[in-house]
Amino acid sequence: MVEETAIEPTHDGELKPDRIEAGRRFTWGTGAVWLLVLAFLLLLFFGLRRTQEGPIQMGSPAPQFSLTTFDGQVFDTTEMRGQVILVNFWASWCIPCEQEAAELQQAYANYKDRGVVFVGVNYVDTEPEARDYMGRFEIAYPNGPDLGTRISQAYRIRGVPETYIMSANGDLVEAKIGPYVSLDEIQASLDRALAATAE
Amino acid sequence: MTGRRSLALACFGVTLAVALTLGVSLTAEAQPPTPSDNQVNQVASELYCPVCENVPLDVCPTQACAQWRELIREKLAAGWSDAQIKQYFVTQYGDRVLATPPAHGLNWLVYVLPPVAILIGVGILAGVLRSWRREPVPMSDAPAGAEDPYVRQMEEELQRRERGD
Repeated sequence: MVEETAIEPTHDGELKPDRIEAGRRFTWGTGAVWLLVLAFLLLLFFGLRRTQEGPIQMGSPAPQFSLTTFDGQVFDTTEMRGQVILVNFWASWCIPCEQEAAELQQAYANYKDRGVVFVGVNYVDTEPEARDYMGRFEIAYPNGPDLGTRISQAYRIRGVPETYIMSANGDLVEAKIGPYVSLDEIQASLDRALAATAE
Repeated sequence: MTGRRSLALACFGVTLAVALTLGVSLTAEAQPPTPSDNQVNQVASELYCPVCENVPLDVCPTQACAQWRELIREKLAAGWSDAQIKQYFVTQYGDRVLATPPAHGLNWLVYVLPPVAILIGVGILAGVLRSWRREPVPMSDAPAGAEDPYVRQMEEELQRRERGD
């Protein structure tokens, strides 16, 4: 038994040419499979990295966007340079959004003449319900649907409500995940953003 | 006289009946039927709400999805086709609302990778089966390893031991 085991390798070493050819073909096939697996893993890696990206870093440039409001006006953040911009993501089906809606409108009334622009981005909503919501809370600042969820993806939002404030030079200076609890909280954020702009 | 009156009444009755029947049928034609839940769910089952990941729209219990289903009902009532409704949702909310991703960009991989992987697997399997079926290398009559000096030396050593040298 021991002798047979010792002898075998010597015989296997003498491969015929057709066996060598088969071995080469198998190597090419294995290479292709490994290449596919590698490509798949790379795709998975980049996909996961994208989904696992956290919120946008404070101080980094805020994503610029253009939005057509429910009134048909075009709101372009690049045209608002020099002003602090508050971007609020909301939806009519979102109950926590209702907690801050009236306060946001009040803050808008208090700050609209102080170099602050408000814009509401309506996330994954239906227009009649969104209009009804705006009417209920008497929201007067520009609001529009996030067509194709492009803006919410650019801001990597996790849900609604979320609010981002960009400084006059376009940097992100404040972020609020979830609803503001009071008017004072909104105003404190805006004051900080205005102060950052003044520096 | 009574006969004439009866005839007039009968004519009036028939005219009224015809007019009523026509009126009812015209009204029915003017108002399209409200789409049933099944019709709405048929379209909804091919859509996903981005808020509720991995839950088809037809069974999603959230308020957002209820609104979407109502929107589908309105569009169906307005005479929109399934394709038009789906396109509307894609325009409004992006490609990710579709149950089957459209074949463009990286989405192609979803359609290309599985058949390619299967083909490669079949190729490998065929190669392995072919190598198994290949005739074994004919063994010569000579004792195994007769040409190998090491084996030959070992054989001689064994024979010597058997002889008791």
